[in-house]
Amino acid sequence: MLEVKNLNAGIEGKKILKGINLKVNAGEVHAIMGPNGSGKSTLSSVIAGKEEYEASKGDILFDGESIIEMDAEDRAHKGIFLSFQYPVEIPGVSVTNFIKTAINETRKAKGLEDMPASEMLKLIREKSELLEIDRKFLSRSLNEGFSGGEKKRNEIFQMAMLEPKLAILDETDSGLDIDALRIVANGVNKLRTADNAVLVITHYQRLLEYIVPDFVHVMVDGKIVKSGGKELAYELEEKGYDWVKAEMTA
Amino acid sequence: MNLKDKLLSSYLAFQENLNVDNGLHDIRDKAFKHFEEKGFPTKKEEAWKYTSLNSIVKNDFSLFPHKEDTIEFKDVKKYFLHDIDTYKIVFIDGIYSSYLSETTHDGVDICLLSSALTKSKYKPVIDVYYNKIAKEDSLTSLNTAFAKEGAYIYIPKSKAPSKPIQIIHLATGNEASLMLQPRNLIVVEENSEVQIIERHQSLTDNPVFTNSVTEIYAGKRAIVDYYKIQNDKENATLIDNTHIDQQRESETSVHTFSFGGKLTRNNLNFYQNGERINSILKGVTIIEDKQHVDHNTLVHHKQPNCESHQDYKGIFDASSTGVFNGKVVVDRIAQKINAYQSNNNILVSDKASINSKPQLEIFADDVRCSHGCTIGQLDESALFYMRTRGIGKKEARALLMYAFANNVLESVKIPQLKARINKLIANKIGVQIGFDV
Repeated sequence: MLEVKNLNAGIEGKKILKGINLKVNAGEVHAIMGPNGSGKSTLSSVIAGKEEYEASKGDILFDGESIIEMDAEDRAHKGIFLSFQYPVEIPGVSVTNFIKTAINETRKAKGLEDMPASEMLKLIREKSELLEIDRKFLSRSLNEGFSGGEKKRNEIFQMAMLEPKLAILDETDSGLDIDALRIVANGVNKLRTADNAVLVITHYQRLLEYIVPDFVHVMVDGKIVKSGGKELAYELEEKGYDWVKAEMTA
Repeated sequence: MNLKDKLLSSYLAFQENLNVDNGLHDIRDKAFKHFEEKGFPTKKEEAWKYTSLNSIVKNDFSLFPHKEDTIEFKDVKKYFLHDIDTYKIVFIDGIYSSYLSETTHDGVDICLLSSALTKSKYKPVIDVYYNKIAKEDSLTSLNTAFAKEGAYIYIPKSKAPSKPIQIIHLATGNEASLMLQPRNLIVVEENSEVQIIERHQSLTDNPVFTNSVTEIYAGKRAIVDYYKIQNDKENATLIDNTHIDQQRESETSVHTFSFGGKLTRNNLNFYQNGERINSILKGVTIIEDKQHVDHNTLVHHKQPNCESHQDYKGIFDASSTGVFNGKVVVDRIAQKINAYQSNNNILVSDKASINSKPQLEIFADDVRCSHGCTIGQLDESALFYMRTRGIGKKEARALLMYAFANNVLESVKIPQLKARINKLIANKIGVQIGFDV
């Protein structure tokens, strides 16, 4: 589904990603772990289509098609979803209005009519229940004054509404207490099918106890330096990132 | 002949044809003299530095329309707030249209200024309030000299009309170009309430120049909500001079929605003449082409323990220009004042411009005055966030602009009006979404 080939990217002349290779198939959960500043969030932004980053080398294929020159909204229409580490506050646009717009814009891109209001309402009800979101919350301005947990739950709610093929969860566990973490992870797990995939970007192993990965990749200084199964996450938790770094220099 | 000369030469004939008492003649003569001395404001005056009337006063406007016109309600329905019941005071080319209007004398007076100025039973109110709140400036004086028609609203003690009032001015374009000088007097006595919506609309492309004056008196604990919808055609120039006298514990809000017209100047003046007064001034300006909107506000805090809140937002596209000049004066005795002012603007195009200027004159020492002004573009991180959800660049920009402007609507108290303005904003910006309000 997703294939990252020797991706080199940076911002304002500074190199951040230095030859990333990654292959994610439908039905799989991949975790990318790494210390702060290793380039994890840059990788997710580049896959989602943030224009400030410049890819100097390599390619990103999605369902076999190169998306590296594509606009962010076109990538979204193809089924890529990025859950932000720091979701942006948009005062004046309610959660409901925002998600309605996002769904109908995506449908428009696929040549479909707007979703009928009744169907939309039903879907909103269903997905908000899945994430234990209060109905009142939906009429509030998007992310404005939301707690950390509310912001992340709202991200996964949007993911549930949009049903992407590939969901990239960028530090979704940061700022979450254990209850919120359980709700968010439960939501993600319920949305998993044989046809979609999840890429979890995280610093800690904690989230991976709830969203269990098939593959774990360790990223250090813009490169994936080690890949393995879920047991690699435990090993990292135990030994710390210095262990990988030490292995690298050895 | 330029407009000033034409006005000067028309005045005597106009004055002789009027059937009003001598007191009013004196008021007119004095005002006329003042205008004669001052003339139209020019860019040399600080308050008119960024707004020029030159191109407008060159026009040969008709001052007194002759033809009376009839308009079918269905043809102008869209300019009314028609999904709720309202009182309506409607003028066509400055002349009262009884069949489009709905007035009342049932406990309150919602009717015509021409009757109030000529009938003796209104004299006690006219003597106390007419031309007393308006300050002397050349455009207000010009209006005072020529004014004979407009809305007269008198709400006696402890009364509130059962529904909002709409004041609507329609210009037919029957005259090649027309100057209108409507005059409104609104007196709201203590413990009373009123909600008013005002709109000026020209129906053709013929130029219209409106120099309007509204005097509002808000008595003790009175609540006055005034909404101005300025969404006129490209040929329409509006100078709105509104003067508000507030008495103690009263609350008055003026919302100004400026979405169209060639040139719009709002001179909005609040005078706080008592303690614990709240004054609210809000505005949304969304313009394009070569349109020009100038908000010139004054809040004069003359007594202690009062508040004022100003929140103006502007979105300027193409070669449009905006001005915000917000003056707050706090007298020496006016301690414990909270005065807030904010003016935020988005320039959508490189050719658009805004001149924003706060002016604080504070003579008291125990006051809280804040002012903030921003001029910027749209938030790039918000745009990216929206695009990752599949909302295209253009739509994302529109949605952000909509969100930026929309929160000024929160304080609009008439739900149907709020929905209407919300829709106007969405249309103006090009957001095509079934928005819930």
